Amino acid sequence: MTDDLTLLTIKDASRLLRLGSISAADLVTAHVQRIERLDPKVKAYLRFTPELWEKQADEADRKIRQGEAPPLCGIPLAVKDVLCVRGVETTAGSQILKGFKPPYTATAVARLFEAGAVMLGVTNCDEFAMGSSTENSSYFPTRNPWDLDRVPGGSSGGSAAAVAAGMAMIALGTDTGGSIRQPAALCGVVGMKPTYGRVSRYGLIAFASSLDQIGPFARSVDDAAITLSLMSGLDPLDATSSDRAGMEVLNNFGAGVKGMRLGVPREYYDVKGIEPGVKAAIDAALFILRQAGAEIVDVSLPHTDYGLAAYYIIAPAECSSNLARFDGVRYGMSEVDAANITEQYLETRRKGFGAEVRRRVMLGTYALSSGYYDAYYLKAQKVRTLIKRDFDEAFKKCDAIVSATSPTVAFPIGSKTQDPLSMYLCDVLTLGGNLAGLPGISVPCGTSDGLPVGLQVVGPQWGENVVLRVARAYEEASEVQAQVADVV
Amino acid sequence: MLARIGLEAGDEDFYAGQLSGILEHIDRLQQLDTEDIPPTAQVVEIASRLRDDEPRPSLTQEEALANAPAAVNGMFRVPSIQDET
Repeated sequence: MTDDLTLLTIKDASRLLRLGSISAADLVTAHVQRIERLDPKVKAYLRFTPELWEKQADEADRKIRQGEAPPLCGIPLAVKDVLCVRGVETTAGSQILKGFKPPYTATAVARLFEAGAVMLGVTNCDEFAMGSSTENSSYFPTRNPWDLDRVPGGSSGGSAAAVAAGMAMIALGTDTGGSIRQPAALCGVVGMKPTYGRVSRYGLIAFASSLDQIGPFARSVDDAAITLSLMSGLDPLDATSSDRAGMEVLNNFGAGVKGMRLGVPREYYDVKGIEPGVKAAIDAALFILRQAGAEIVDVSLPHTDYGLAAYYIIAPAECSSNLARFDGVRYGMSEVDAANITEQYLETRRKGFGAEVRRRVMLGTYALSSGYYDAYYLKAQKVRTLIKRDFDEAFKKCDAIVSATSPTVAFPIGSKTQDPLSMYLCDVLTLGGNLAGLPGISVPCGTSDGLPVGLQVVGPQWGENVVLRVARAYEEASEVQAQVADVV
Repeated sequence: MLARIGLEAGDEDFYAGQLSGILEHIDRLQQLDTEDIPPTAQVVEIASRLRDDEPRPSLTQEEALANAPAAVNGMFRVPSIQDET
């Protein structure tokens, strides 16, 4: 019966812990048992951290006994393989970092540890967070707990699947073009990408530094909100982190949507390739939001069609620069006995990087190379301005933007791997939020052919509380809760 | 080449084909007139912060070398760079 402990929300688990009905150790045991049963099928985790969970659960139980339990005391957490945890192998899903044990812990993770979270393990992802299906992991693909023949989305697919299958209560992911929101949608859980700068990126293995943000996965909006509030705020170790108080994300977020104006961008509503079942679920969600008192207004994001193109210049350009550090000298895989240093670089990177990473490094190097810089990189940065202005205009007419998170439900494993552009299109509704630095959330909004659909809510910069308020109101009014997937 | 990634025989055609398809999609950016549009490098307005110029603890030599593929005498070992011209 301990398995039931894996279905709890933070609020319920915290109450039981404080009442003494269960211990943090019980909570860990229940999750580990469920992982032993389900993860051989789902394969959400790359590695487990028993030394950490034993130590942290002991510490949590001690604090509870002393009446000093912090907000996430004893809550089981999974961490994406791009966030450094001191002494825990962290590889960004890549062979090139196999065996790398970071000498420090990422700020976002450290803050959740301080808040009492108990780390269960490291979750699978696309190599260097590049992908939308977790099939680009150099270890193995993760499977969608709702249908094991389908992808969980990506790149944070392991974290999404772990939370969806009851193998972690909360998880951390990163979102550069949709890598939290899209897998959250495909796995039927809540996933949030904060405003750029809300959460420190210190200790995150960088993919595209002007786009990357760390955010939470959870099975309720409340759980995502509390987790986000605890990891946010100024960090002297990340110069782009904001000094806004983390707790402001919770301001007024239970107030409901009555009187709010929610914008539906027609370019998103009718986006090319949107499945009829997804559209139907979004229509039903809009109806519920209207019933709950929101006004639904028509807005436009006229440069939507150019977003993907701009993104696939900017993100690869930044990645080609960030990944230059993997040279086989200081860490990770290396061909140390190569004839000369150039051979060492070439061979290390040939053996260490998978196909998608190579594609993006080559694309980015090309876009930044002399003679092409103006035509590609500068042009893309200017289009980024146009996309940001589209959102600025839209937010004059509405408080938040609502749409589908992904045009499709989870797709079969292997169905998009031969055609990179078809995979890139998975993020067409999410990457605008990264280009403009906006907060966005995906909440479960029913199913299409038995597979989860996600409703995306995007707000103005620093408007996490607005986004959470809409998401929470929808969750409450719809009575659609993230469910623990019944893995067959 | 600039990316410093070694390729095997046959790889070049494989990637050239895929990258051409992606670049074809990207070419749509040229349809937009961006003559008077400033580029965005940083999306949120955050003022630069400077920290005080005071010494702080950093990684020890041992920690810095802990993940080194090859180290010798407290330094990272790399192949010769001299015979490369």
